Amino acid sequence: MNIYPEFEVLRNDSRCIRCRVCERQCANEVHWFDADGKLMLSDESKCVNCQRCVTLCPTRALKIVKSDCRLRENANYTDQTIKEIYRQAETGGVLLSSMGNPNPLPVYWDKILINASQVTNPPIDPLREPMETRVFLGKKPEHIRRNADGSLDTKLAPQLTLSMPVMFSAMSYGSISYNAHASLARAATALGIYYNTGEGGLHEDFYQYGKNTIVQVASGRFGVHKDYLEAGAAIEIKMGQGAKPGIGGHLPGTKAVGDVSKTRMIPEGSDAISPAPHHDIYSIEDLRQLVYSLKEATEYRLPVIVKVAAVHNIAAIASGIARSGADIIAIDGFRGGTGAAPTRIRDNVGIPIELALAAVDKRLRDEGIRNNVSIVCGGSIRSAADVVKAIALGADACYIATAACLAMGCHLCRSCHTGKCNWGIATQRPDLVKRLNPDIGSERLINLMNAWRHEIKELMGGMGINSIEALRGNRLMLRGVGLTEKELEILGISHAGE
Amino acid sequence: MKRIYVKEEWCLGCHLCEYNCAFANSGLTDMVKALRDKPIYPRIQVETDAGGVTYAVSCRHCTDPICVKSCIAGALSKKDGVIEIDHEKCVGCLTCVLVCPYGAVVEDGSGIAQKCELCMKNSCGTPACVKGCPNGAIVYEERQAVPASD
Amino acid sequence: MKHYVIIGNGVAAAGCIEGIRSVDTEGSITVISAENHPVYCRPLISYYLEHKTDPERMNYRTPTFYADNGVTVLYGRSAEKIDAKTRQITLNTGETLPYDALCNATGSSPFVPPMKGLETVEKRFSFMTLDDTFALEKAITPESRVLIIGAGLIGLKCAEGLHGRVKAITVCDLAPRVLSSILDDTCAAMMQKHLEANGISFLLGNSAKEFKGNAALMQNGETVEFDVLVLAVGVRPNTALIKDAGGNVNRGILVDDTCKTSLQDVYAAGDCTEYRDISAGTDKIMALMPNAYMQGHTAGVNMAGGAAVFDNAIPMNSIGFFGLHCHTAGSQPEGCEMFEEADEHHIKRLFVKDDKLTGFMLLGHMHRTGIYTALIRNQTPLSSVDFARLRVEPQLAAMGSAYRDHVLKGAV
Repeated sequence: MNIYPEFEVLRNDSRCIRCRVCERQCANEVHWFDADGKLMLSDESKCVNCQRCVTLCPTRALKIVKSDCRLRENANYTDQTIKEIYRQAETGGVLLSSMGNPNPLPVYWDKILINASQVTNPPIDPLREPMETRVFLGKKPEHIRRNADGSLDTKLAPQLTLSMPVMFSAMSYGSISYNAHASLARAATALGIYYNTGEGGLHEDFYQYGKNTIVQVASGRFGVHKDYLEAGAAIEIKMGQGAKPGIGGHLPGTKAVGDVSKTRMIPEGSDAISPAPHHDIYSIEDLRQLVYSLKEATEYRLPVIVKVAAVHNIAAIASGIARSGADIIAIDGFRGGTGAAPTRIRDNVGIPIELALAAVDKRLRDEGIRNNVSIVCGGSIRSAADVVKAIALGADACYIATAACLAMGCHLCRSCHTGKCNWGIATQRPDLVKRLNPDIGSERLINLMNAWRHEIKELMGGMGINSIEALRGNRLMLRGVGLTEKELEILGISHAGE
Repeated sequence: MKRIYVKEEWCLGCHLCEYNCAFANSGLTDMVKALRDKPIYPRIQVETDAGGVTYAVSCRHCTDPICVKSCIAGALSKKDGVIEIDHEKCVGCLTCVLVCPYGAVVEDGSGIAQKCELCMKNSCGTPACVKGCPNGAIVYEERQAVPASD
Repeated sequence: MKHYVIIGNGVAAAGCIEGIRSVDTEGSITVISAENHPVYCRPLISYYLEHKTDPERMNYRTPTFYADNGVTVLYGRSAEKIDAKTRQITLNTGETLPYDALCNATGSSPFVPPMKGLETVEKRFSFMTLDDTFALEKAITPESRVLIIGAGLIGLKCAEGLHGRVKAITVCDLAPRVLSSILDDTCAAMMQKHLEANGISFLLGNSAKEFKGNAALMQNGETVEFDVLVLAVGVRPNTALIKDAGGNVNRGILVDDTCKTSLQDVYAAGDCTEYRDISAGTDKIMALMPNAYMQGHTAGVNMAGGAAVFDNAIPMNSIGFFGLHCHTAGSQPEGCEMFEEADEHHIKRLFVKDDKLTGFMLLGHMHRTGIYTALIRNQTPLSSVDFARLRVEPQLAAMGSAYRDHVLKGAV
């Protein structure tokens, strides 16, 4: 059954100069030039609305709009729902999606407001006063210890030092391109923060950025070997991902080519299937074994992160992880991105990061084990304000990936799974990969982080706080609007006006 | 001196440089008015090699410019390292096209010769091809010679 | 301080001045100029007739060129004699001029074969100099019928220049085709057709053998009536000064690749010389402006004690008529292979021998042809490039990435 295209390509012919940039730049082959009529034509059914053509059109002759051709209004069976049924009736397949959940589910960040000082405890001007945005991630001592001679015992568990409380979260080489990895690695190094390899191994060219790299070990164990573990500044065990809790990963064989297959240590062209569970982990005790195996393998030099998806029992799970020997817990909320996930999973499984974070922080405090671990939260951290709110809710730092992709050029068309990313990010096609020049990509990432750092300082200054450490878990700095009693209770914040 | 160099590893073959060049040197302020329904005569040419690698070629502003030596009208000259063409003096014999080893001097559509003048004679500032390249594949900078290899 | 003297004030002389000054900014330079004009480009005279240029724009260099380069120009004077032993020149005025280094850049003169009754033609002109042009321009009216003897570069350029300013133009030539020195039969036929479509008439394989006033009796017995006669049969190098001084002269003055003659401290450059065409491997007269400049420059550098060679000369021509352009370069040696591509409006002929491009003829489409010229000039082995691609279109893409790195990634 023919489904009417979702988008329409509107070409203002009076502005079109037939330069054919749109045609050359569309990997989906939407545009073409008709030499007979000297016209640019388009096949809208192929358009994913990635806006590459719109962005590059030198005369702004193009726009892509949502088609208003609609099935009869039905609030229950929406246009999208019906078309998904058509598609499945046609193919018999699982629907696939990419990037984060686009549905209008609650975004608690937008219902939380930040405090500012007036009169007493006056605000601080970050342009005049020092502001500390540096954070250290890792196990903290319970109390100050002294040696026999009375001097301070400064031996700490291994720590990650971040110049600001943001890191680039896991995106594998394979799910994203070499140039995207190069951009992230170079930006993380320049910024004094970290990026994360995801489960794709570490390309040999990027070992030089090891001091700013978190190497991931996931259920497929792809790309894991001794040098890999030792190359990074921390090791992350991935138990789950916010966009697809409870399921594994699947890199199609078509993407496992060349250096991708070499880096993953799998035969070229073979599907890389990461199982849903780690087959050696069925309990916190099993997890502890892996944590210590990895620590042992790297001589206890590196902190170990355990990353889990935000799910219903997240507080209890986090409590277990905090006792497993892990140094850092990373929690990924249900709006987090992905290179490919079954649509039903992405849109229906997991819980919002705000609630998960608040619940975990509270639980660990209640149990007196909050200092055992640092908490990193991710899953749609969109701005400096989200970062500040997350810190005040109890996070030590945030993971960002979608925002990082946007900085590199992503237009959130959510078609990563097609492998034809027109922006050179989520693709392995050499002609597309080269569209992301890491000189530009890294510069834009650095710009974004510097902008956020300024904003974080301004927001902190407004609250009269001059150090991130003093903001962490400081829920008095937050108020909710339009939230129920229960939501406020879980978030541990008062309603605005209280 | 600063010249235009291309980083072929980042060239997308989008040909925008050609259009930006034609527009910058059109003397008009609107690209649509300048370029719509007309063939363009850019001073920079995108080439594609057998392996699909693309890159743009424009005047190298040679240290020893054979075009200047060959110009029968004295229309080509070198000023502060920049090879310029005086369109008033050029009679369109196209000897410069015949001698430029890089194919960087081209006919302008009206019968006379034109070439990259590093956007020194228009209001662009940074050369239009450099400014408009979406992937940083064309740069304007000082470089040393790359030795020829056999 | 050295005294440099240049005989002649054409493009080779300008090249010589710039060559000297690139090495020696002190020495005195004297230019002996028979014509009363600062250096201009002879090939521009036809464009002048077409109103595409004017005497001011025809100046090859800026008005302050001589002053800027510290050059004394002796206008309206010519050299009568060179004494290479005493290094002295005698001028037509009787004056003598000493030199330390001399450049003979005397150019060439129109060659007029003996034709009976030529003196009976009242309005007859050569087409070489600006003064020739002014005189011709004065003589024509919109009603003039012009007969041009010679269908070479000069004759046809003259025809184009006069087009629209006279009533009729007929060009005759003994050769059976137009532009016989640069085009083969096929290419010449296309060009001739184009010229005829623009109103130029031809009498080829035929020439005037006798004149009676305004009538030319042709060799085939025909009589052509005309009002104005232009003689553009050919040119001859002005070699007398060097020959008389004892220098080696063939048809032109023989120079080596430093542009030196056989006489001590005497150089020669431009249309008066005969030198090596590397595409054919033989010595030739290549009366071409680009070569004249390059020879002059080379001579200048060497006169001033520098070291320069011009060792990659090839014949080449860029010429067009009424919008149909043609580019030719190099030669077609015996036994060369020809690659051709042609349609109604363009012809491309590439000549290849011994793994090298030796020459080409292109009519119609003149895009980036210098890439072909460089292949001839550099004698690039075609096995080292992608000639199949080059044949389709001149492009650096066919030259290999090492060459590209050299020319595109660094200063050249």
